[in-house]
Amino acid sequence: MEQSVRQRRQKSLVLILAREFASNLATPIYIADADERLVYFNEPAEQIAGRSFAETGEIPIREWAEMLAPQATDGQPLQREQTPGGIAFAVRRPAHGSLCITGLDGKRREIATTAFPLFGPDEEFHGIMVIFWEQA
Amino acid sequence: MATPGPETVRTGGNTTCVEVTANGSRVILDAGTGLRPLGLELAKDGPQKINICLTHLHLDHIEGLGFFAPFYDPDCEVALWGPPSSVRTLKERVSRYLSAPLFPVEVAQMPARVTFLDAPDGPWEIDGLRLQAHPVSHPGTTFGYRIESDGVALAFIPDHEPALGLKLESLTSDWISGFPVADGATLLLHDSQYTEEEYPGRIGWGHSSISQTVTFAAKAGAEATLLFHHDPVHTDDDLDAHCERAQELWQGDGPPPELAREGMEITL
Repeated sequence: MEQSVRQRRQKSLVLILAREFASNLATPIYIADADERLVYFNEPAEQIAGRSFAETGEIPIREWAEMLAPQATDGQPLQREQTPGGIAFAVRRPAHGSLCITGLDGKRREIATTAFPLFGPDEEFHGIMVIFWEQA
Repeated sequence: MATPGPETVRTGGNTTCVEVTANGSRVILDAGTGLRPLGLELAKDGPQKINICLTHLHLDHIEGLGFFAPFYDPDCEVALWGPPSSVRTLKERVSRYLSAPLFPVEVAQMPARVTFLDAPDGPWEIDGLRLQAHPVSHPGTTFGYRIESDGVALAFIPDHEPALGLKLESLTSDWISGFPVADGATLLLHDSQYTEEEYPGRIGWGHSSISQTVTFAAKAGAEATLLFHHDPVHTDDDLDAHCERAQELWQGDGPPPELAREGMEITL
Protein backbone atom coordinates (compact mmCIF):
# COMPACT_ATOMS: atom_id res chain seq x y z
CA MET A 1 0.00 0.00 0.00
CA GLU A 2 1.39 3.40 -0.95
CA GLN A 3 2.49 5.35 2.06
CA SER A 4 1.04 8.78 2.61
CA VAL A 5 3.62 11.55 2.54
CA ARG A 6 3.27 12.01 6.30
CA GLN A 7 4.06 8.33 6.86
CA ARG A 8 7.23 8.40 4.79
CA ARG A 9 10.46 8.80 6.63
CA GLN A 10 12.09 12.21 6.11
CA LYS A 11 14.96 11.83 3.68
CA SER A 12 18.40 12.75 4.94
CA LEU A 13 20.12 15.76 3.43
CA VAL A 14 22.60 13.40 1.75
CA LEU A 15 19.78 11.67 -0.12
CA ILE A 16 18.11 14.98 -0.94
CA LEU A 17 21.31 16.29 -2.47
CA ALA A 18 21.91 12.97 -4.26
CA ARG A 19 18.46 13.20 -5.83
CA GLU A 20 19.04 16.82 -6.83
CA PHE A 21 22.30 15.79 -8.47
CA ALA A 22 20.78 12.77 -10.23
CA SER A 23 17.78 14.74 -11.45
CA ASN A 24 20.07 17.16 -13.27
CA LEU A 25 22.17 14.56 -15.08
CA ALA A 26 21.76 12.71 -18.35
CA THR A 27 23.46 9.68 -16.78
CA PRO A 28 21.04 6.97 -15.59
CA ILE A 29 21.12 6.79 -11.79
CA TYR A 30 19.15 5.16 -9.03
CA ILE A 31 19.37 5.80 -5.33
CA ALA A 32 18.56 3.53 -2.41
CA ASP A 33 18.43 4.52 1.24
CA ALA A 34 20.00 2.86 4.27
CA ASP A 35 16.85 0.80 4.79
CA GLU A 36 17.37 -0.79 1.37
CA ARG A 37 14.51 1.00 -0.25
CA LEU A 38 14.69 2.35 -3.78
CA VAL A 39 13.92 6.01 -3.25
CA TYR A 40 14.58 7.51 -6.67
CA PHE A 41 15.70 6.94 -10.23
CA ASN A 42 16.08 9.66 -12.81
CA GLU A 43 14.56 10.04 -16.27
CA PRO A 44 17.53 8.57 -18.14
CA ALA A 45 17.26 5.52 -15.89
CA GLU A 46 13.60 5.19 -16.81
CA GLN A 47 14.65 4.51 -20.39
CA ILE A 48 16.66 1.49 -19.28
CA ALA A 49 14.32 0.33 -16.54
CA GLY A 50 11.39 0.52 -18.91
CA ARG A 51 9.15 2.28 -16.40
CA SER A 52 9.02 5.70 -14.78
CA PHE A 53 9.75 6.29 -11.12
CA ALA A 54 6.30 7.80 -10.78
CA GLU A 55 4.89 4.39 -11.75
CA THR A 56 7.24 2.38 -9.60
CA GLY A 57 7.31 4.53 -6.47
CA GLU A 58 9.48 3.73 -3.47
CA ILE A 59 9.88 -0.03 -3.12
CA PRO A 60 12.26 -2.39 -1.34
CA ILE A 61 15.45 -2.67 -3.36
CA ARG A 62 15.14 -6.43 -3.38
CA GLU A 63 11.81 -6.10 -5.16
CA TRP A 64 13.41 -3.73 -7.68
CA ALA A 65 16.22 -6.22 -8.26
CA GLU A 66 13.73 -9.07 -8.77
CA MET A 67 11.80 -6.97 -11.27
CA LEU A 68 14.92 -6.44 -13.36
CA ALA A 69 16.02 -10.10 -13.13
CA PRO A 70 19.77 -9.42 -13.22
CA GLN A 71 21.99 -11.96 -14.94
CA ALA A 72 25.70 -12.26 -15.55
CA THR A 73 26.71 -11.58 -19.11
CA ASP A 74 26.85 -15.36 -19.66
CA GLY A 75 23.20 -15.62 -18.74
CA GLN A 76 23.62 -17.03 -15.22
CA PRO A 77 21.22 -15.45 -12.71
CA LEU A 78 22.75 -13.01 -10.23
CA GLN A 79 21.71 -12.63 -6.64
CA ARG A 80 21.33 -9.09 -5.38
CA GLU A 81 24.48 -9.52 -3.28
CA GLN A 82 26.50 -10.28 -6.42
CA THR A 83 25.58 -7.04 -8.18
CA PRO A 84 27.60 -3.84 -7.77
CA GLY A 85 24.67 -2.25 -5.94
CA GLY A 86 24.41 -5.19 -3.59
CA ILE A 87 28.15 -5.13 -2.91
CA ALA A 88 28.15 -1.38 -2.24
CA PHE A 89 25.33 -1.84 0.22
CA ALA A 90 26.64 -4.90 2.02
CA VAL A 91 30.34 -4.11 2.10
CA ARG A 92 30.07 -0.31 2.06
CA ARG A 93 32.59 0.14 -0.71
CA PRO A 94 32.39 1.11 -4.41
CA ALA A 95 31.86 -1.65 -6.93
CA HIS A 96 31.67 -1.92 -10.70
CA GLY A 97 30.54 -4.58 -13.10
CA SER A 98 28.67 -5.53 -16.25
CA LEU A 99 25.45 -7.51 -16.19
CA CYS A 100 22.22 -8.01 -18.04
CA ILE A 101 18.78 -6.94 -16.93
CA THR A 102 15.33 -7.35 -18.35
CA GLY A 103 13.69 -3.94 -18.25
CA LEU A 104 10.16 -3.62 -17.07
CA ASP A 105 9.27 -3.13 -20.72
CA GLY A 106 10.38 -6.70 -21.34
CA LYS A 107 13.54 -5.74 -23.21
CA ARG A 108 16.81 -7.42 -22.21
CA ARG A 109 19.76 -5.08 -21.94
CA GLU A 110 23.47 -5.42 -21.15
CA ILE A 111 24.49 -2.67 -18.78
CA ALA A 112 27.61 -1.51 -16.96
CA THR A 113 27.05 -0.26 -13.45
CA THR A 114 29.08 1.57 -10.82
CA ALA A 115 27.76 1.75 -7.29
CA PHE A 116 29.10 3.59 -4.27
CA PRO A 117 27.97 4.08 -0.70
CA LEU A 118 26.86 7.50 0.56
CA PHE A 119 28.36 8.58 3.87
CA GLY A 120 27.52 11.92 5.50
CA PRO A 121 29.97 14.27 7.27
CA ASP A 122 29.33 12.36 10.48
CA GLU A 123 30.29 9.15 8.67
CA GLU A 124 26.75 7.86 8.93
CA PHE A 125 25.68 5.56 6.11
CA HIS A 126 22.74 6.99 4.16
CA GLY A 127 22.40 4.59 1.25
CA ILE A 128 23.90 4.00 -2.17
CA MET A 129 24.02 5.70 -5.54
CA VAL A 130 24.19 3.51 -8.64
CA ILE A 131 25.16 4.78 -12.08
CA PHE A 132 24.35 2.48 -14.95
CA TRP A 133 24.38 2.68 -18.69
CA GLU A 134 23.49 0.48 -21.56
CA GLN A 135 26.38 -1.07 -23.40
CA ALA A 136 26.14 -1.36 -27.14
CA MET B 1 29.19 40.64 5.93
CA ALA B 2 28.11 43.38 8.33
CA THR B 3 26.68 46.46 6.63
CA PRO B 4 26.20 49.25 9.14
CA GLY B 5 25.50 52.66 7.69
CA PRO B 6 22.86 55.17 6.72
CA GLU B 7 21.29 52.83 4.16
CA THR B 8 20.54 50.11 6.71
CA VAL B 9 19.46 52.16 9.70
CA ARG B 10 15.90 50.80 9.75
CA THR B 11 16.77 47.13 9.20
CA GLY B 12 20.17 46.95 10.85
CA GLY B 13 23.57 45.90 9.58
CA ASN B 14 24.90 43.26 11.98
CA THR B 15 25.27 39.66 10.87
CA THR B 16 23.29 36.76 12.28
CA CYS B 17 22.73 36.40 16.01
CA VAL B 18 19.45 35.58 17.74
CA GLU B 19 18.84 35.27 21.48
CA VAL B 20 16.13 32.83 22.58
CA THR B 21 14.88 32.92 26.15
CA ALA B 22 12.17 30.91 27.90
CA ASN B 23 11.41 30.46 31.59
CA GLY B 24 14.78 31.86 32.58
CA SER B 25 16.70 29.69 30.11
CA ARG B 26 18.73 31.11 27.25
CA VAL B 27 20.19 29.83 23.99
CA ILE B 28 22.01 32.02 21.48
CA LEU B 29 21.70 31.08 17.82
CA ASP B 30 24.75 31.92 15.71
CA ALA B 31 27.56 34.30 16.56
CA GLY B 32 27.66 36.94 13.87
CA THR B 33 28.57 40.52 14.65
CA GLY B 34 25.26 40.87 16.50
CA LEU B 35 26.85 38.77 19.26
CA ARG B 36 29.04 41.70 20.30
CA PRO B 37 26.27 43.99 21.61
CA LEU B 38 24.46 40.97 23.09
CA GLY B 39 27.63 40.03 24.96
CA LEU B 40 27.84 43.48 26.48
CA GLU B 41 24.30 43.10 27.78
CA LEU B 42 24.95 39.63 29.15
CA ALA B 43 28.16 40.77 30.86
CA LYS B 44 26.06 43.02 33.10
CA ASP B 45 24.57 39.86 34.65
CA GLY B 46 27.94 38.62 35.86
CA PRO B 47 29.09 34.97 36.00
CA GLN B 48 26.86 32.57 34.08
CA LYS B 49 26.78 29.61 31.72
CA ILE B 50 25.95 30.49 28.15
CA ASN B 51 25.06 28.16 25.29
CA ILE B 52 25.67 29.22 21.68
CA CYS B 53 24.42 27.02 18.83
CA LEU B 54 26.14 27.59 15.51
CA THR B 55 24.31 26.69 12.31
CA HIS B 56 27.61 26.59 10.42
CA LEU B 57 31.02 28.17 10.41
CA HIS B 58 30.86 30.68 7.59
CA LEU B 59 32.48 33.84 8.83
CA ASP B 60 29.33 35.94 9.00
CA HIS B 61 27.95 33.44 11.54
CA ILE B 62 31.00 33.27 13.82
CA GLU B 63 32.86 36.57 13.55
CA GLY B 64 31.25 37.91 16.70
CA LEU B 65 32.95 35.27 18.83
CA GLY B 66 36.20 37.15 19.23
CA PHE B 67 34.35 40.16 20.61
CA PHE B 68 31.99 38.30 22.95
CA ALA B 69 32.49 39.87 26.40
CA PRO B 70 31.69 36.73 28.46
CA PHE B 71 34.69 34.99 26.84
CA TYR B 72 36.89 37.41 28.77
CA ASP B 73 35.22 36.78 32.13
CA PRO B 74 37.01 34.01 34.05
CA ASP B 75 33.81 33.24 35.95
CA CYS B 76 31.80 32.55 32.81
CA GLU B 77 31.29 29.22 31.05
CA VAL B 78 30.46 29.14 27.36
CA ALA B 79 29.34 26.01 25.50
CA LEU B 80 29.63 26.22 21.74
CA TRP B 81 27.52 23.72 19.82
CA GLY B 82 27.95 23.13 16.12
CA PRO B 83 27.87 20.76 13.17
CA PRO B 84 30.18 17.76 13.33
CA SER B 85 33.03 16.94 11.02
CA SER B 86 34.81 13.66 10.43
CA VAL B 87 38.03 15.56 9.74
CA ARG B 88 38.42 18.21 12.47
CA THR B 89 36.84 18.93 15.82
CA LEU B 90 34.60 21.96 16.26
CA LYS B 91 37.33 23.55 18.37
CA GLU B 92 39.89 23.07 15.61
CA ARG B 93 37.57 24.55 13.00
CA VAL B 94 36.56 27.59 15.08
CA SER B 95 40.19 28.09 16.05
CA ARG B 96 41.05 28.67 12.40
CA TYR B 97 39.41 32.08 12.94
CA LEU B 98 40.34 32.61 16.59
CA SER B 99 44.08 32.34 16.02
CA ALA B 100 46.91 34.14 14.28
CA PRO B 101 46.98 35.69 11.75
CA LEU B 102 43.21 36.24 11.74
CA PHE B 103 42.70 37.10 15.41
CA PRO B 104 45.08 38.14 18.19
CA VAL B 105 43.50 36.04 20.96
CA GLU B 106 43.62 32.25 20.86
CA VAL B 107 40.80 30.19 22.36
CA ALA B 108 43.21 28.85 24.97
CA GLN B 109 43.94 32.41 26.06
CA MET B 110 40.33 33.28 26.74
CA PRO B 111 39.73 33.51 30.48
CA ALA B 112 36.27 31.90 30.38
CA ARG B 113 35.81 28.13 30.41
CA VAL B 114 34.90 27.35 26.80
CA THR B 115 33.72 23.94 25.67
CA PHE B 116 33.10 22.80 22.10
CA LEU B 117 30.36 20.25 21.46
CA ASP B 118 28.99 18.55 18.36
CA ALA B 119 25.23 19.06 18.22
CA PRO B 120 23.80 15.59 18.80
CA ASP B 121 21.86 13.56 16.31
CA GLY B 122 18.40 13.69 17.83
CA PRO B 123 16.71 15.99 20.35
CA TRP B 124 18.55 17.28 23.38
CA GLU B 125 17.83 19.72 26.19
CA ILE B 126 19.52 22.88 27.32
CA ASP B 127 18.11 24.16 30.61
CA GLY B 128 14.66 22.85 29.83
CA LEU B 129 14.62 24.00 26.21
CA ARG B 130 14.25 21.15 23.75
CA LEU B 131 16.51 21.47 20.71
CA GLN B 132 16.92 19.60 17.47
CA ALA B 133 19.56 20.16 14.82
CA HIS B 134 18.93 19.01 11.26
CA PRO B 135 21.33 19.26 8.30
CA VAL B 136 20.05 21.66 5.65
CA SER B 137 21.05 22.45 2.08
CA HIS B 138 23.86 25.02 2.15
CA PRO B 139 27.54 24.78 1.14
CA GLY B 140 29.42 22.94 3.88
CA THR B 141 27.83 21.13 6.79
CA THR B 142 25.02 23.40 7.95
CA PHE B 143 22.24 22.98 10.49
CA GLY B 144 18.80 24.38 10.98
CA TYR B 145 17.76 24.48 14.64
CA ARG B 146 14.34 23.88 16.12
CA ILE B 147 13.74 25.00 19.71
CA GLU B 148 10.61 23.99 21.59
CA SER B 149 9.28 25.10 24.93
CA ASP B 150 5.81 25.10 26.47
CA GLY B 151 4.13 24.07 23.24
CA VAL B 152 5.72 26.67 20.96
CA ALA B 153 8.42 26.01 18.41
CA LEU B 154 11.00 28.34 16.87
CA ALA B 155 12.58 27.26 13.57
CA PHE B 156 15.90 28.88 12.70
CA ILE B 157 17.26 28.32 9.18
CA PRO B 158 19.22 31.45 8.33
CA ASP B 159 21.24 29.99 5.44
CA HIS B 160 19.29 27.63 3.23
CA GLU B 161 18.73 26.75 -0.40
CA PRO B 162 16.01 24.08 -0.33
CA ALA B 163 15.15 24.60 -4.00
CA LEU B 164 18.64 23.88 -5.35
CA GLY B 165 18.16 22.19 -8.69
CA LEU B 166 14.51 21.39 -8.07
CA LYS B 167 11.10 23.03 -8.07
CA LEU B 168 10.13 23.29 -4.45
CA GLU B 169 6.45 23.26 -5.37
CA SER B 170 6.77 19.79 -6.88
CA LEU B 171 8.42 18.18 -3.85
CA THR B 172 6.67 16.21 -1.15
CA SER B 173 7.64 17.16 2.38
CA ASP B 174 9.88 14.15 2.93
CA TRP B 175 12.16 15.41 0.15
CA ILE B 176 12.38 19.03 1.31
CA SER B 177 15.58 20.06 3.04
CA GLY B 178 14.81 21.66 6.39
CA PHE B 179 11.20 20.48 6.57
CA PRO B 180 11.56 18.78 9.98
CA VAL B 181 12.96 22.02 11.40
CA ALA B 182 10.10 24.18 10.17
CA ASP B 183 7.16 21.76 10.25
CA GLY B 184 4.30 23.63 11.90
CA ALA B 185 6.66 26.00 13.70
CA THR B 186 5.17 28.86 15.66
CA LEU B 187 7.79 31.15 14.12
CA LEU B 188 10.17 30.46 11.24
CA LEU B 189 13.26 32.58 10.64
CA HIS B 190 14.34 31.70 7.11
CA ASP B 191 16.89 32.77 4.54
CA SER B 192 15.40 35.15 2.00
CA GLN B 193 18.51 36.75 0.60
CA TYR B 194 17.68 37.20 -3.07
CA THR B 195 15.02 38.73 -5.22
CA GLU B 196 13.52 36.49 -7.87
CA GLU B 197 15.58 38.38 -10.45
CA GLU B 198 18.85 37.92 -8.56
CA TYR B 199 18.54 34.21 -7.82
CA PRO B 200 19.21 32.75 -11.33
CA GLY B 201 22.69 34.26 -11.19
CA ARG B 202 23.33 32.81 -7.73
CA ILE B 203 22.14 29.23 -7.97
CA GLY B 204 24.17 27.01 -5.68
CA TRP B 205 25.32 29.87 -3.48
CA GLY B 206 23.29 28.43 -0.64
CA HIS B 207 20.54 31.02 -0.27
CA SER B 208 16.91 31.38 -1.25
CA SER B 209 14.94 33.73 -3.40
CA ILE B 210 11.97 35.45 -1.82
CA SER B 211 9.54 33.22 -3.72
CA GLN B 212 11.33 30.07 -2.55
CA THR B 213 11.17 31.30 1.04
CA VAL B 214 7.45 31.90 0.74
CA THR B 215 6.89 28.49 -0.81
CA PHE B 216 8.97 26.77 1.85
CA ALA B 217 7.16 28.52 4.68
CA ALA B 218 3.77 27.66 3.24
CA LYS B 219 4.70 24.03 2.67
CA ALA B 220 6.05 23.76 6.20
CA GLY B 221 2.88 25.28 7.62
CA ALA B 222 4.80 27.79 9.72
CA GLU B 223 2.39 29.94 11.70
CA ALA B 224 4.53 33.05 11.19
CA THR B 225 7.62 33.76 9.11
CA LEU B 226 10.39 36.32 9.38
CA LEU B 227 12.44 37.04 6.28
CA PHE B 228 16.04 36.65 7.37
CA HIS B 229 19.66 36.89 6.22
CA HIS B 230 19.46 40.04 4.16
CA ASP B 231 21.86 40.53 1.29
CA PRO B 232 24.67 43.01 2.10
CA VAL B 233 23.92 45.02 -1.02
CA HIS B 234 20.27 45.53 -0.14
CA THR B 235 19.32 48.84 1.41
CA ASP B 236 16.41 49.51 3.75
CA ASP B 237 14.29 50.54 0.77
CA ASP B 238 15.26 47.37 -1.11
CA LEU B 239 14.30 45.26 1.89
CA ASP B 240 10.97 46.99 2.30
CA ALA B 241 10.23 46.17 -1.34
CA HIS B 242 11.46 42.62 -0.71
CA CYS B 243 8.97 42.24 2.10
CA GLU B 244 6.15 43.68 0.02
CA ARG B 245 6.91 41.11 -2.67
CA ALA B 246 6.81 38.30 -0.11
CA GLN B 247 3.44 39.49 1.08
CA GLU B 248 2.16 39.60 -2.51
CA LEU B 249 3.27 36.01 -3.02
CA TRP B 250 1.94 34.71 0.27
CA GLN B 251 -0.91 32.26 -0.12
CA GLY B 252 -0.40 30.18 2.98
CA ASP B 253 -2.51 30.09 6.08
CA GLY B 254 -1.84 32.71 8.73
CA PRO B 255 -0.24 36.13 8.50
CA PRO B 256 2.11 36.98 5.62
CA PRO B 257 5.87 37.09 6.20
CA GLU B 258 7.49 40.06 7.91
CA LEU B 259 11.00 41.44 7.60
CA ALA B 260 13.45 40.65 10.37
CA ARG B 261 14.98 43.83 11.78
CA GLU B 262 17.81 44.25 14.22
CA GLY B 263 16.67 44.55 17.79
CA MET B 264 13.29 42.92 17.24
CA GLU B 265 11.87 41.27 20.32
CA ILE B 266 9.16 38.72 19.72
CA THR B 267 7.16 36.85 22.33
CA LEU B 268 5.71 33.51 21.22
